[in-house]
Amino acid sequence: MAECHPVGFRFVMKARERGATIIHVDPRFTRTSAVANMHVPIRAGSDIAFLGGIVRYILENDRHFKDYVVNYTNAPAIIKDEFQDTEDLHGLFSGWNPEKGQYEPDSWAYKGSSHAKGMKHRETATGEPYSERASQVGPAPEQDPTLQDPRCVFQILKRHYSRYTPEKVQEITGVPPNLLIKVAETLCNNSGRERTSAFCYAVGWTQHTVGVQYIRTAAIIQLLLGNIGRPGGGIMALRGHASIQGSTDIPTLYNLLPGYLPMPKVGEHPDFNAYLDNSTAAGGWWTEFPKYAVSLLKAWFGDAATKENDWCFDHLPYITGDHSHMTTVADMADGKIRGYFVMGENPTVGSMHGALQRKGLRKLDWLVVRDLNLIETAEFWRSAPEIDRGEVKPEDIATEVFFFPAAAHTEKDGSFTNTQRLLQWHHKAIEPPKDCRSELHFMYHLGHRLKNLYRDSKELRDRPIRDLAWDYPVEGKIEEPNAEAILKEINGYAIADNKPVSGFTALKDDGSTTCGCWIYSGCYADGVNRAANRRPAQEQTWVAPEWGFAWPANRHILYNRASADPEGKPWSERKKYVWWNEDKKQWEGFDNPDFIRERPPSYRRQPGAKGLDTISGIDPFLLQGDGKGWLYAPNGLQDGPLPTHYEPEESVIENRLYPQQCNPARMEWKRKDNPYHKPWSDPRFPHLLSTWRLTEHHTAGGMSRWLSWLSELQPEMFCEVSPELAAEVGLKNGGWATIRTARAEIEARVLVTQRAQPLRLNGRTVHQIGLPYHWSSRGLVQGDAANELISFVADPNVTIQESKALTASIEPGRRSRERRVVTSGPLAGPPPGPPESRDIAKNPVKPHGRNG
Amino acid sequence: MPTTTEQPISNRKGFFTDTTLCIGCKACEVACKQWNQLPDDGMNFTGMSYDNTVSLGASSWRHVAFIERPVALSNQDAGAFSWLFSSDVCKHCARAGCLESCPTGAIVRTEFDSVYVQPDVCNGCGYCIVNCPFGVIDRREDDGRAWKCTLCYDRLKDNATPACAKACPTDSIQFGDLDELRTRAQKRVSDLHENGLPEAYLYGANAKDQPGTEGLNAFFLLLDKPEVYNLPPDPVVPTKRAAESWRSMAFAALGMAAVVVGSVLAERNGVRR
Repeated sequence: MAECHPVGFRFVMKARERGATIIHVDPRFTRTSAVANMHVPIRAGSDIAFLGGIVRYILENDRHFKDYVVNYTNAPAIIKDEFQDTEDLHGLFSGWNPEKGQYEPDSWAYKGSSHAKGMKHRETATGEPYSERASQVGPAPEQDPTLQDPRCVFQILKRHYSRYTPEKVQEITGVPPNLLIKVAETLCNNSGRERTSAFCYAVGWTQHTVGVQYIRTAAIIQLLLGNIGRPGGGIMALRGHASIQGSTDIPTLYNLLPGYLPMPKVGEHPDFNAYLDNSTAAGGWWTEFPKYAVSLLKAWFGDAATKENDWCFDHLPYITGDHSHMTTVADMADGKIRGYFVMGENPTVGSMHGALQRKGLRKLDWLVVRDLNLIETAEFWRSAPEIDRGEVKPEDIATEVFFFPAAAHTEKDGSFTNTQRLLQWHHKAIEPPKDCRSELHFMYHLGHRLKNLYRDSKELRDRPIRDLAWDYPVEGKIEEPNAEAILKEINGYAIADNKPVSGFTALKDDGSTTCGCWIYSGCYADGVNRAANRRPAQEQTWVAPEWGFAWPANRHILYNRASADPEGKPWSERKKYVWWNEDKKQWEGFDNPDFIRERPPSYRRQPGAKGLDTISGIDPFLLQGDGKGWLYAPNGLQDGPLPTHYEPEESVIENRLYPQQCNPARMEWKRKDNPYHKPWSDPRFPHLLSTWRLTEHHTAGGMSRWLSWLSELQPEMFCEVSPELAAEVGLKNGGWATIRTARAEIEARVLVTQRAQPLRLNGRTVHQIGLPYHWSSRGLVQGDAANELISFVADPNVTIQESKALTASIEPGRRSRERRVVTSGPLAGPPPGPPESRDIAKNPVKPHGRNG
Repeated sequence: MPTTTEQPISNRKGFFTDTTLCIGCKACEVACKQWNQLPDDGMNFTGMSYDNTVSLGASSWRHVAFIERPVALSNQDAGAFSWLFSSDVCKHCARAGCLESCPTGAIVRTEFDSVYVQPDVCNGCGYCIVNCPFGVIDRREDDGRAWKCTLCYDRLKDNATPACAKACPTDSIQFGDLDELRTRAQKRVSDLHENGLPEAYLYGANAKDQPGTEGLNAFFLLLDKPEVYNLPPDPVVPTKRAAESWRSMAFAALGMAAVVVGSVLAERNGVRR
């Protein structure tokens, strides 16, 4: 966190100075480890085993927060008799369909409840908002508040994690038992009524074929310890760079509409009613779904959207399948995609498998790149490894590239939404130079030009563009759209009087309100830009409600009803946050209570209840259909209801917990230009490789490699190796090394450091090679791009790539200049591994599907 | 320029760099270069931990040292290893060797008690460079003049905090009134001692601790010997020894004369014998 989020780490340092214990679990000894109280070195790709060991410790030693767990989680829920755990099926859950290579999740549901409607397989459901599916599950019909029933979630959890013993955890992660127990004890001692602990993570957790389940394991720990919805608790997702949170809220994702509404899908949503029916929850807050969907359509299509035409629902594009990043790029490489917009991203450097990315770009008709600098993605046709080697000639590339210089954040008005869901406004300080323009300017004027082109069209298919409400005031010589006008649209307003609504509770499903993103509603209440609030900390309460605007409803801690006990009293004076005021008959507190204000703690859901009446007084997790925090996910995940340790696609060791080596439901792209190295303990690729960042550079370097002040601080691509590995292979500090995976080879300077330590796993020494990924062929400082080494392989829930754990080899010296890249044919030198996979479960139910 | 002694106490400014709070982000280096519009120091991979600017110089007025040590810190559970960071800067010594050796008067003491090089007066003679016991001040190759940290004199004139301290996200670099900083630093050391970090101590906080410089206006809280941070253990401003040097030289001259006289006498008295 100190390495990649130094400004946010300010608060961690402040906490440390006030006595907080900082534990840093990381394969790499970073700037965070340097100032943490405890550093736990771990094998990259083994975190579920480590966290599972903590879950086991909590359960075996009865350290869970009982009142919290029984009342606020689904621990008492009884699961269907048909459900079988990885304990019963040697590493698989029930419902595995080997032909499809996917799970049929029906058996995972609560006993007595049918599986949620609309739950489909990953062709259409990949990356779906978890909460959307979670919302469709009602309360478990059968429960055991004593947590003793062998079919209740609590007991299933206990059995599932029973094999994650400290000794087993050491064999997998390299973390000694005493260190694991020390971490677990520290967490337990620092949780409960009086104290809370927080988890922070970043892409070191997410970029795995089991990425979502890493986070789920942390969620289980935090729910067991009662650390969610309470001050000082929670799980912080440290986002990759500024406003990544914002770009999921108002998404750049193919399968989401603003505010986590699903995209309409072919087949599933023939009309608006089917869309509403499929998406509206049985219980909890998502029962409000129609209000948000209608208000969004009114914001986009204005007067053209009427009840009679289903609010122009048919104008929205329907998705036909998986259009996630890797699928799109693979389609591009196969010539199926003609045009591509790249805005503020440098995929040939920052995304996985640069060679395949460029192969895709070469097949396009046109490419638009908007960036501060002429990044490698814009220059792929003349500056790339395969061009240097003469395998591809620029004159043979037909892609027409349009480069648009972008305005920096200081040159435009707008907002950032970061990790903590806080919208923070930034004001333009200076005019953008020359032809540089903001994204807002680009999109607005592009939209206008499109509307002009289709102005006289009579075709039905052109109606969406013609009906699009696209009237924003513009300012100045360059006709910059007014960013606050867009914020107002995002906030929503009443159509009758054009006044901004106060928040999402004021939205209607009758077409009388608009709202561009319901969760942001309130950010422009009363016509005041709340995102621009900047009252200093000293002049307000410690919750700081007057700094920016925290979505939803300026609520700083989500699910904060859980900060009070079932009766509505704070768990302790020390951790008091929101509570039920019996005299006033309402919830109140330091923060905006995340609950229905007048709903007493004693209220219980009545049979047949609808809408918000389904939310009981002890249902803090009100976006879940059952109002509970999910230790066990009966719905919504593609790869199992409980996190299970699987090895990465490419691993140096065998899975020591289950016969199933990898996540069986992971997504693979089986292509000649995307080879995998599946064997473990293979001397050809004997080492573990992980990629990471440095404070001095910004992601793929587009913002840092062109600045002398940042470039001089980390001027060359390097690899971090331990003195032991350096001695074994013959690497010299400051010299050169060549690093190889099944896809490519790169060269890097060598940094031998004691910070890198070999791990001892089950009597075997495992070396980890660390690579920062900031460099490429353009800019003031250049070097090979680490991400050339990474494959297309993904988590099945959100299609994130696995870039944090790979197998590799390393040798001294610079790479050869003649080597081919994998997209130009088979690699010379050490072959990438046999075609047959050793990734087959050695048990009677071994899966035979395409991902077995 | 007025001298130190005429200054009101409250106007003496300096830095307290608490290395226990440093996370090695180098924001200070970048903020300094940006505010002062300094050029880069070359794009050189050194292989020395994460330190690629190596030292303070004409174009690097803040420099963060990265020290990988095979010794644990007392309050850490990380095996026999620790990684120390320290942001180095001009010390603005109470007794400044650069200032005292400057023959042109280019180096002056400001109203904030900082030591400032006037670039329009400096003739690049380089006397200051050999007279800095810390190796801080340096000549820039292309223009020949001597450069170093100004304590952001221009910012202080506007009541603004120096760029490095302003940018430091963890308050490792603390700027303020010297007396207040010294009190704060003493308390910090005793707090750290109480909280299991007995190795913490102040470097150059006053004349008593560091007579050779008569105390530093930019002083440090360190966790290991000064040498580990590339700081001299007992720095002495060369000009402080000027009188002594002149005396020695006088003695030496007298001695030489005596030898010459003696040898002449000796020759006269005995050699030809």
